[in-house]
Amino acid sequence: MIPELAHLALVIAFGVALVQSTLPLAGAARNDAGLIGLASSAAWAQFVLLTFSFGALVHLYMVSDFSILNVYQNSHDSKPMLYKITGTWGNHEGSLLLWVWVLTLFGAALAAFGKSMPATFKARVLAVQGMVTVAFIAFTLFTSNPFERLDPAPLEGTGLNPLLQDPGLAFHPPMLYIGYVGFSITFAFAVAALIEGRVDPSWARWIRPWVLIAWSSLTLGIALGSYWAYYELGWGGWWFWDPVENASFLPWLAGTALLHSIIVVEKRDSLKSWTILLAIFTFGFSLLGTFLVRSGVLTSVHAFAVDPDRGMFILLILAVALVGPLLLFAWRAPQMRASGAFQPISREGALIMNNLLLAAATGVVLLGTLYPLFLELVTGEKISVGPPFFNATFIPLMVPLLLILPIGTLLAWKRGDLRRSLRLMSLAAVAAIALALVAAFTDPRSTIVTALGFALAGWLFGGAVMDLLQRAGIGRSSWARLPARLVSLPGSAYAAAVAHTGVAVTVIGITASSAWQTEVITSMGYGDSQRVAGYNVTLAHVGPVQGPNWIANEGTFEVERDGRHIATLTSDRRHYPVEGTSTTEVGITSNLWRDVYVVIGEQTGDGLYVVRLYHNPLVVWIWLGTLLMAVAAVVSMADRRFRVGAPEPKRAKAAAAPAAPAPQAGS
Amino acid sequence: MRRLLYVLPAVLVAALAFTFAIGLRDRDPSALPSALIDRPLPALDLPAVEGVDLPGWQTADLHGEVMLVNVFASWCPPCRVEHPVLTRLTEVHGVPLIGVNYKDAPEAAAAFLVELGNPYRKIGGDFEGRAGLELGISGVPETFIVDADGHIRFRHAGPVLPEHVEQVFLPLLRELRG
Repeated sequence: MIPELAHLALVIAFGVALVQSTLPLAGAARNDAGLIGLASSAAWAQFVLLTFSFGALVHLYMVSDFSILNVYQNSHDSKPMLYKITGTWGNHEGSLLLWVWVLTLFGAALAAFGKSMPATFKARVLAVQGMVTVAFIAFTLFTSNPFERLDPAPLEGTGLNPLLQDPGLAFHPPMLYIGYVGFSITFAFAVAALIEGRVDPSWARWIRPWVLIAWSSLTLGIALGSYWAYYELGWGGWWFWDPVENASFLPWLAGTALLHSIIVVEKRDSLKSWTILLAIFTFGFSLLGTFLVRSGVLTSVHAFAVDPDRGMFILLILAVALVGPLLLFAWRAPQMRASGAFQPISREGALIMNNLLLAAATGVVLLGTLYPLFLELVTGEKISVGPPFFNATFIPLMVPLLLILPIGTLLAWKRGDLRRSLRLMSLAAVAAIALALVAAFTDPRSTIVTALGFALAGWLFGGAVMDLLQRAGIGRSSWARLPARLVSLPGSAYAAAVAHTGVAVTVIGITASSAWQTEVITSMGYGDSQRVAGYNVTLAHVGPVQGPNWIANEGTFEVERDGRHIATLTSDRRHYPVEGTSTTEVGITSNLWRDVYVVIGEQTGDGLYVVRLYHNPLVVWIWLGTLLMAVAAVVSMADRRFRVGAPEPKRAKAAAAPAAPAPQAGS
Repeated sequence: MRRLLYVLPAVLVAALAFTFAIGLRDRDPSALPSALIDRPLPALDLPAVEGVDLPGWQTADLHGEVMLVNVFASWCPPCRVEHPVLTRLTEVHGVPLIGVNYKDAPEAAAAFLVELGNPYRKIGGDFEGRAGLELGISGVPETFIVDADGHIRFRHAGPVLPEHVEQVFLPLLRELRG
């Protein structure tokens, strides 16, 4: 009964979404309060219906109801409860239902929190969001029904891909979906603005919290995925420029550009049509990622079951969702005029450089991801565009971006004083040189690139500090008042500094872990020791271990340094009998400075075990940096000017300037 | 002219979607038709991969047994995914597995097999991708079922997953082995 009710709830939600995507538009056009109010009620109703529907699917997984085809194909009874629950979204149908649920969650959140917007505008945003929901519920109902019955019901399911039986799966996809789907709201804001033909600073203020929440979730989602790849796949690497990774990176890059361009809209009332375009494309890239993963165009660890019909359906959604708004854009954008003159040496000038470089980086990643697909479609030849391409194109774009970044944050709006900014940055330059020297002398393997990476991080960190000091009025008021002024800086000032420090931390992590990684592949027997980068790793024991739904051969390793015991690590080769596959579990001991990473392999003919050992210096900094960026976005959301309802642009500006320099968020 | 610029994004996206639509039509990547179905396996002569403790092979050596020919590379993530499935096919069902190590670095290939185990009977190195060309592969991994007369009977593009084994490989192997 439950599956039928859940399916029914989905059908009703489809009807409600149809209502939400049409009537409020008419209401907004005719200023009919009844029809306008319908939008919020419909958004709430869908959220309730989808919560029931998705909750029911989770329940069916928890009780292992194998009369449901989807549960039978992707679960089995002897799995730990956590993986029964997370298995709900470890497959195409279930993850799609999660996606739709997040869509309605955002709809309801907008209905609840969008109080500062004019009612007609809010109704239009909700209507566009409703259209996206219509498309995705239709996709679920017509091609990917998760509640399909199986008769007779089998006694046991076929299991879940063991690679996915990992706590990482609990969080990686939901965070990623909150990010992807969150950009549907900013898309809806952009389309609603195009319908009204109006983009102004208040629009930028309304959209900003949604960009922040989507961006920070996507940041965390990507970071979790990368960390999962690092410890679960056991290759010692953390980013592979795999097309599916790129598919999540594209909306992140475009979203980062969007995050910065809306500041220009807010502060300078310009860069409007570009910002609209970014909002549309950011969501477009989210859809592209969905398309690539679910259409079978790619073969990848991430690819779901192949079905060309599904691919065609998403392609249709993608085409309609992009071409429609872009035609609207072609009609409206020429009328969007910037107010005020534009000077290249200014904060907005620097932000435009930021946007150009990020857009170019997006283009490069897009090209590297799609070009092989196109070549295959056109000529049938299959080529692989790998890390060398991306390293040669992406990094040269990131370097100038990060070089300009701190200088830009120190420039004033309208007309900046480049000399003064550079003078302030001279302290950051000292930090940069110091870090470069540290890098050069810490390890003989350091190259010029390593030193440059560290210098860049020092430059960014120094710039973030100088940014805060400058906003607190250093050099313009007395030193004694500096602490008080620092404390009273708005949240968005700290958000910018923390986010840019996060970038510096990630840059250090990437630089150090790629330049100074030590990899040793060796054969070990009981009691054998192997040195890796100053650590002594001893194979103490290998024995069978029984898990809930796997059996493993587990190696126990003792890690020592200078005679001091550091950690006992275990690494398994697990066999999952239900799924008929094996995985490798990595042993890692992690601290701020290094990871020691152990992977046990096959037993060789002479009774020895093949063991791979890695020493990865500063590798956790990569993820710490991303965490800082995500936290910074949340801090920025708490900024006063979003909490205070500010419908009038003028009043809002006055309210948002408590300290002498205007608060400038997240630039 | 300026107006045209604003229309450009819509046109680009439409063109992109159109290309994908054409590419998707009639596409089922795991069952790509092959010109080689029911034709003899092309004559190949592949050297052993340095560092791998297995001989290379020639097409002429392979007759007399139903077997799988698997094109793989250490740099290909799906190859890792299908590796345990192939291992199981060889161990449980006793199907000989012949490898073509495609455009790979020998030491990387050796490390790959050491790490994941080596289910192959023979592995030939195809460093320049000539064999891949002869076999008409569209990517890595790809797996061919070759009958006792040395004819290609089935071609599978992409990783071999447990459901493929159950639905396609085992029935066909049973039929071919009589």
